Amino acid sequence: MELQEFISAFAEQFDDTDASEIQADTNYQELDEWSSLTSMAIIAFVKTAYNKEVTGKEIRSCETVEELYNLVASK
Amino acid sequence: MKAYIKAISYYLPERIVTNEELLQEFPEWSVDKVAAKVGVNTRHLAASDETAGDMAEKAARKLFAEYGIKAEDVDFVMLCTQSPDYFLPSTACILQHRLGIPTTAGAFDYNLGCSGCIYGLAVAKGLIVAGIAKNVLMLTAETYNKYLHPSDKSNRSIFGDGAAACLISTEGIAEIGEFVLGTDGNGAENLIVKTGAARQKQPTGLSSIDDEGHERFDDYLYMNGGAIFNFTLEAVPAMMKQVLEKNGVEKDNIDYYVFHQANKFMLNTIRKVCVLPKDKFHINLENTGNTVSSTVMIALKDCIEEGIISAGMNVMITGFGVGLSWGGTILKF
Repeated sequence: MELQEFISAFAEQFDDTDASEIQADTNYQELDEWSSLTSMAIIAFVKTAYNKEVTGKEIRSCETVEELYNLVASK
Repeated sequence: MKAYIKAISYYLPERIVTNEELLQEFPEWSVDKVAAKVGVNTRHLAASDETAGDMAEKAARKLFAEYGIKAEDVDFVMLCTQSPDYFLPSTACILQHRLGIPTTAGAFDYNLGCSGCIYGLAVAKGLIVAGIAKNVLMLTAETYNKYLHPSDKSNRSIFGDGAAACLISTEGIAEIGEFVLGTDGNGAENLIVKTGAARQKQPTGLSSIDDEGHERFDDYLYMNGGAIFNFTLEAVPAMMKQVLEKNGVEKDNIDYYVFHQANKFMLNTIRKVCVLPKDKFHINLENTGNTVSSTVMIALKDCIEEGIISAGMNVMITGFGVGLSWGGTILKF
């Protein structure tokens, strides 16, 4: 599992947010497009790409993309 | 002895709620984006005095009329619902009388949601193969919208009310194959209406904020979307493989897949994980929403009428959701 890969796949879960706006230190919950549906897309992406389960609560508990990456990597 | 689906019809209540109507109630909500993701443009709502039993009766009457089926030939009635007319008796007993089905018929309700149509087919097949019944009327009917809190825009955008009727018989249009069924009650709390029944009869009036930041009302339907999504992605791809194995069919020999129409986004994700071709995978809940136990029957009926499903085809059907509960089989048309 690599951070850069995670970030680009993470960015793909957004429809209207440019990938360049999403970096390791991006506070994703502050993005305009962020919603419970995006959270659902992240859950699906983590499950399908890494076969790991991340919960809505965990996604909400992280601030940056890197934090979430570390959490998923630790699973 | 084999069991077959002989006839399918469905009923959708008159009242239609459009996304524009929902938008008027929730003006800050990006309804277009949500609609594009969940794949629902309009959904039907049962009238305030219209119950699941009423809708099931209408679906059954349509079935009788469309296929020239006589009520007197039905020797078993089962109704899948989580919104029964009464605590007791079984709504299916009332429907036996209302539909003019002979008093020699067996009848019962069973309480399942999105997996309900599969379980109904499994039980009906058992009744037929065991020689207990010859013509089983399986009804599915749900009024989930009556369980939704007015402020619960997510679920109000997804769920539609509706009912389906299916006759399972000793001959018909599609042979019912082997079943894979599964249950995980450990996830019961992830899709639940907590109050009103024996565990907590009186409404509590309480609400709290859940893990995902959604308001969760004790007295209304609660769904933990993330948990249900994770469950689905775990259970459904594994079940798909098991259904193939149990029926001795290769993936390439499945001509069409009709999975429970939960929502478009979830179906697309499942399709990708299962590596199924788009043109063989049914996604259509635009005008019905998620009608819970009726989605598979509604889809089968539409596909048969539109010629998408025809004689000679192998069709895999699956259901999954509240319980948690899942099941699948193959229909040989």
